[in-house]
Amino acid sequence: MPDSVKPDYSWPAMEKRRQIGKPISRLDGHLKSSGRAKYASDFNRKDMLFAALLTSPHANARLTKIDIAEAKAVPGVVVVQIITPAGQQVQWEGTEIAVVSATTEEIARDAVRKIKVEYQVMPHLVKEDDLAKAGARAKAAGEQVTGDPDQMFKDADVVVSDGFYSIPVLTHCCLEPHGQVIEWAADQINVWPSTQNVSGYGGDLGTTVKFPADKIKVHMDNIGGGFGSKFSPDRWGAEGATLSKASGGKPVKWMLERNTELQIAGNRPSAFAKIKVAAKKDGTLVAWQSESWATGGIGGGGSPPIPYVFTEIPNKRMNHSAVATNTGGVRAWRAPNHPQASFLTCSALEDLAAKLNMDPIQFFKKNLELTARKETYLRQLDKAAELIEWKKYWKPRGQNGAGPVKEGLGIAINTWGGGGHASRCQTTINPDGTVLVETGSQDLGTGTRTIITQVAAETFGLPMSAITLRIGDNSLPPSGASGGSTTVGGVSSSTRKSTVNALAKLYEVAAPALNVQPSELEAVDGRIQVKGNTSKNLTWKAACSKLGVNKISEIGINDQRKPEGLNSSGVGGIQMAHVSVDVETGIVKMKRFVAVQDVGLVVNPKLADSQIHGAAIMGICGALFEERIMDQQTGKMLNADMEFYKLAGIGDVGEIISFLDITPENDKRGIVGLGEPCAVGVVAAIANAVANAIGVRVPSVPLTPDRVLAALNGTSNGRTA
Amino acid sequence: MSDQPKKPNVSRRGFIGGVSVGATTIGLLETPEIQAAPAATQGPDEVPITLRINGKPVQLSVEPRVTLLDALRNRLDMTGAKRVCDRGTCGACTVSINGRTVYGCTTLAIDAQGKDIQTIEGIAPEGKLHPLSVAFVNQDGQQCGYCTPGFVMAAKGFLERHPNPTYEQVEHGLGGNLCRCGTYVGVRKAVLEASKNMKGGPKNA
Repeated sequence: MPDSVKPDYSWPAMEKRRQIGKPISRLDGHLKSSGRAKYASDFNRKDMLFAALLTSPHANARLTKIDIAEAKAVPGVVVVQIITPAGQQVQWEGTEIAVVSATTEEIARDAVRKIKVEYQVMPHLVKEDDLAKAGARAKAAGEQVTGDPDQMFKDADVVVSDGFYSIPVLTHCCLEPHGQVIEWAADQINVWPSTQNVSGYGGDLGTTVKFPADKIKVHMDNIGGGFGSKFSPDRWGAEGATLSKASGGKPVKWMLERNTELQIAGNRPSAFAKIKVAAKKDGTLVAWQSESWATGGIGGGGSPPIPYVFTEIPNKRMNHSAVATNTGGVRAWRAPNHPQASFLTCSALEDLAAKLNMDPIQFFKKNLELTARKETYLRQLDKAAELIEWKKYWKPRGQNGAGPVKEGLGIAINTWGGGGHASRCQTTINPDGTVLVETGSQDLGTGTRTIITQVAAETFGLPMSAITLRIGDNSLPPSGASGGSTTVGGVSSSTRKSTVNALAKLYEVAAPALNVQPSELEAVDGRIQVKGNTSKNLTWKAACSKLGVNKISEIGINDQRKPEGLNSSGVGGIQMAHVSVDVETGIVKMKRFVAVQDVGLVVNPKLADSQIHGAAIMGICGALFEERIMDQQTGKMLNADMEFYKLAGIGDVGEIISFLDITPENDKRGIVGLGEPCAVGVVAAIANAVANAIGVRVPSVPLTPDRVLAALNGTSNGRTA
Repeated sequence: MSDQPKKPNVSRRGFIGGVSVGATTIGLLETPEIQAAPAATQGPDEVPITLRINGKPVQLSVEPRVTLLDALRNRLDMTGAKRVCDRGTCGACTVSINGRTVYGCTTLAIDAQGKDIQTIEGIAPEGKLHPLSVAFVNQDGQQCGYCTPGFVMAAKGFLERHPNPTYEQVEHGLGGNLCRCGTYVGVRKAVLEASKNMKGGPKNA
């Protein structure tokens, strides 16, 4: 800045905000709901070719021979490109073997069927439910011990609960599959991918295909779901580039087929655990012991942080093993490892509370000293209990009436970081008064476009319609990948800074016209006016006309290590579920779900509510319907389609009640991301509600009718039912 | 209830649909009257066909095995209908044929000849928004938006049959569409809002 005064970037006071904090509808909503929004998979170019992929039918095999001659001879085929050559090993079903480019999608698929591959099939492991069968595939992480758990479990004055719990591998199942349209022209690569990382995609691709990153142009307007699975260009991005080059530089559309999407394009690790937990008769937790395991594919992976939230249990022993399976690789999923940890911990704690004959809310309250945010959870437990009418509906476990349909309530707890990722934003004010805001971010459907525009309009005292926003292109100032609930904090902060910087420049040219110092000005309701003397003002347009022929162009940077009070990190939340269970059919139905979520400054409560509703519904899918089912005989995923990989429908979700804790005190924390924390405790709350309803624990989710009936019959086999 | 959904029982791949127990993925679809293709429509090579889409005749050339969905997306650049499951489960490809709500991925393009096809692109005049599209914005019945055009088309067909739906009827009537972001709360409200605003309005705009 020319003057030595540091600009004031802080958020306007709550009562003065015109745009921030308002429940504004998403700006691009009309494009989506009218079918006009374009996604990578919608992008059609002149002379575009279609790609089709051949994948491995085996979970573990060495490719011994591949013959593409017949495929190449199919009329309309342009290139057949081998991805896995003879001699190489494939380690999961769905591994990319070869790809075809052709003039139509149908021809490309025909050609794929004419590729002849021979494999030397080797033994595989695709199921991890029985740790004893994992053998050398299980790698122990090393025991962690605090205090003296053995002594504590022997104590005559404690009540001990012992249980087994499991949550399976889920696949992201983005509705828009992974993929891209890509063209490798002579000296430039143009790519239209479905990605959560527009700014970083080109550099990543360039490294893989050895091409200068500055000559890779990346553009994306909309993405049809990512949820943590769409950060990198992937093998299909790199192979797509070379396929286009080999096809004479023609654009190639390559989106994964649904089965491949579910097999290899992202999954969340499972978690299995035998948990022993002890409390004094008054409910004070004293000891925890867990033997857990999980798989995230051939690299292992997935280590749930247990005990979750109640981390300060004084006596603990934890053992965890990562099981390497011949399955597609793990990817980040909304709050990595937290949903599993919340499920394992909250299930074990609810079982102990039932054994103690304690109301689980009282049990949680009794132990909040063991958490990092006692006061928050205390307040939230009361609020959630009020919203779900706990006192009216909760009954001790198993005391839910004589009829076949039992109702039950359950609780769960969450925590997450948030914060803001690194982000740069550039704001231009033109002499005609038009405003352009630019940052290389992406809107995953969270409402990023709307939020950036709200922040810019707020700073300038303009309506949102006066702001033109450009995102989704790697020629724009870079913003971080959208993951970990860091986007809203990052882009809001960089936008705030760049707009404040630009406004300071405008004040410099407007001040002489009003015979005041720049520091005496403010921008309100479309005017640049003198503070305390609002009759002395210029319209926005008149002020901008003072720029003459020069435009203002200012950068704002969010440094994730120095958020300067604009954003922060660290939240808690409480979730509660109300279910009904038919003990004759085993069918579980959602009645109500309550999410009380700790927040900072909420830019748009309408969009924030949608995040919470969406996370709840995604969790309901995981609690009642979703699981990847592997077959150890064949090494295949049995439900790599949307008929048998089940998602909840509109009639399966019940009533969802969200509560954002918007208070002046919370507002002072700045912006905290919201996408992850509210996705954490849903499965746990529902599983606990079912145990409360039917009087026994169903050890494994999803809570399908067969598992519920097995638990009622006492025939859950101690592993996955 | 009068809106008992009929399970789709026609599929180009002959798989058995509608077996779900818990998830309400059983479709609302009414079985289209699949008529034999005109005698001249023979494969396996591409054949010229004419489709009447959003009131206008469109000429194109497809192999007989090409679905209506792929014809729209790959040949005609009409990309509002999305390809997600490609197996008649998720409803992202929902279009209307002769006033009936159908999945574009389980309808062959050649079988749609001689019928009135309506897509999301044709439900409102150029530059205007259908009341359902407006309601989906107002109620935030969308996030990533990939399932949204299918939901809007399914909702349009549903409201034509049930202009005054109850909340329960909405849940039942839209059971043939799936969303991954979890927008059902907004979708339920949007359909109810639209039903009010469409009274006497452009139901078949």
